[in-house]
Amino acid sequence: MTVKARMKSFENTLPKLVIAPGFVLGFAFIYGFMVWNGILSVTASRMLPNYDEFVGLEQYARLWDMDRWWLALRNLGVFSVLYVGGSMLLGMGLAIFLDQKIRFEGLLRTIYLYPMALSFIVTGTAWKWILNPSLGLEKLMHDLGWASFHFDWLVQSDTAIYCVVIAGIWQSAGFAMALSLAGLRGIDDSIIKAAQIDGASLTRIYWRIILPILRPVVFSTVLVLSHLSIKSFDLVMALTSGGPGYASDVPATFMYVMSFTRGQIGLGAASATMMLATVAAIVVPYLYSELRTKAHAR
Amino acid sequence: MLKLSQLATAVALVVAGSAAMAGEVEVLHYWTSGGEAKSVAELKKIMQAKGHTWKDFAVAGGGGDNAATVLKSRVVSGNPPAAAQIKGPAIQEWAAEGVLANLDATAKAEKWDNLLPGVVANVMKYKGSYVAAPVNVHRVNWMWANSAVLKKAGVTGAPKTWDEFFAAAEKVKKAGLIPVAHGGQNWQDFTTFESVVLGVGGAKFYSDALVKLDQKALTSDTMKKSLETFRKIKGYTDAASPGRDWNLATAMVIQEKAAFQFMGDWAKGEFSAAGKVPGKDYICAAAPGTANAYTFNVDSFAMFKLKDSGAQKAQADLAASIMGTEFQEVFNLNKGSIPVRLNMDMAKFDDCAKLSAKDFVSTAKSGGLVPSVAHGMAIAPAAEGAIKDAVSQFWNDDKISVADGVANIAKAAATK
Repeated sequence: MTVKARMKSFENTLPKLVIAPGFVLGFAFIYGFMVWNGILSVTASRMLPNYDEFVGLEQYARLWDMDRWWLALRNLGVFSVLYVGGSMLLGMGLAIFLDQKIRFEGLLRTIYLYPMALSFIVTGTAWKWILNPSLGLEKLMHDLGWASFHFDWLVQSDTAIYCVVIAGIWQSAGFAMALSLAGLRGIDDSIIKAAQIDGASLTRIYWRIILPILRPVVFSTVLVLSHLSIKSFDLVMALTSGGPGYASDVPATFMYVMSFTRGQIGLGAASATMMLATVAAIVVPYLYSELRTKAHAR
Repeated sequence: MLKLSQLATAVALVVAGSAAMAGEVEVLHYWTSGGEAKSVAELKKIMQAKGHTWKDFAVAGGGGDNAATVLKSRVVSGNPPAAAQIKGPAIQEWAAEGVLANLDATAKAEKWDNLLPGVVANVMKYKGSYVAAPVNVHRVNWMWANSAVLKKAGVTGAPKTWDEFFAAAEKVKKAGLIPVAHGGQNWQDFTTFESVVLGVGGAKFYSDALVKLDQKALTSDTMKKSLETFRKIKGYTDAASPGRDWNLATAMVIQEKAAFQFMGDWAKGEFSAAGKVPGKDYICAAAPGTANAYTFNVDSFAMFKLKDSGAQKAQADLAASIMGTEFQEVFNLNKGSIPVRLNMDMAKFDDCAKLSAKDFVSTAKSGGLVPSVAHGMAIAPAAEGAIKDAVSQFWNDDKISVADGVANIAKAAATK
């Protein structure tokens, strides 16, 4: 009896024991560093961390006074909206087409999903060559005889960020497609058949029945893609390195440049804190609404 | 028995003595490409000949940014290398952290004050004491030109003023070639920009505006004229320049696709590697209007405070070797730069290096010798980065008016 009870209590504590090291490490290395970063952002740290000189919110004031930071934020806005929206729309569209019980579906699915297997560095470098006017698409068209073809977005200050969007969508649309396709496959055929018997058109079925059922899938995709877009660094670095000038800078590249090449650790930490706040602004309400609906469902 | 113990003492003394004489030097540097690596190997040889152990600590990439990041972590953890490749005002920033060693004893014994021009020596000093040893001098205000392209376009000789330059560029354009090979990265934009400022305003104006960051100079009409000239150059570059690396731009000049490039004398290495001869295949000339001025980019090794006495001795030997004639000659022959030590024998160097050395000596006397901002020799990294941003933005965005460009640069210069 006592042995059994002991076994039982051991079984109860075992999971906690197993999780404890990971929890402690995760806590120290994620939340600990967040706090550390927060502390750095209120110091006058320049080349090396400096904890003696407390400057309050001065670094934040400097940050919000910089044109480059505003441009980075604007770029992030443009990139996030177009990248998440574009990947969703294209992915969903591909999923719907693939769901029409076509031939070679397995092959096509793999082809569309394949870019996801590449790192953003590879995607960025490949698209840098494709979009370069004297190397890639424009030159190809000229060589083929279409002399008036003109596409130099990559080298123009005000359009470079859209090139980042194009490369990003190319990479992530397959991912959105895979998730949507899984969602579509999960829908019970009988619902659709019932709708067809009631005389609903195909567009109406998709719009009023299937898309609403896919809502959770859409939510998770948006969540994954939007945090990818906020921390996007490697894609921008490989594709434009923030250029021309700093025209395609995003907060992550801004933070890197300030902290590590300009000797402005305090300012870099302040920008990192702003990024954290942005991510939190998306994730916290989402988690809150998710948890609340679950509580209701119970 | 007595003898034996005497012997033991003698051995112990010898061992202790040699341990104090020879030590290990760990040197952090980012010279990893062909000619540069060869140059570092020379230093290693010299140090080994003096009986010291060389511990190589090369960190490639990022124009030294990666090396700087590694260095920070080593210094913060209390385990700095003996020497690290640091240059410009960054030396003072490190010294202000209290981690650099004082080299005054070596400098005095080797008479550095007599061997270095004052402006260069000041960069190596913190509060009047030497904390770093200079290695070489690169001239930044060079203009490289391909002789064959100039001939094809009907241009005779390198243009000496900006007006002559634009006339030549127009001819090259008409001949169907690219007048200016440019790499659109912010330091390259600024390399061109500072040559323009130097050419348009002269060394005094350059020093007031870009080194002292005097607001009056920064907002003057001379600055406006510089920006106008700078923008005019952009009209002669090709569309694919943004993001291009400097050596690819040099390759365009070598391959007769482009006529001119504004770049420091490390570009010479590319020409030499392609088997081109200065004066015949290509021309090296000071950028238009800057023949009597010299923007310098001096590489140097800052020495860190060490505890071990053997290592300290090795460090002092390293500092002395770096400034020694033997190393200065071999290193700079490999690297394409010129010795920082004044009055060296230049017989083994090529014509471009000879011209550079001659101008280095004469501008050091006349006051035309000024630090390069583009290469981190003049102002603190924060302000330097902000000004580079403003200049690159102006270069890349034709919608920014000259007046706004001047205002943006002046505002950036106020960054602390």
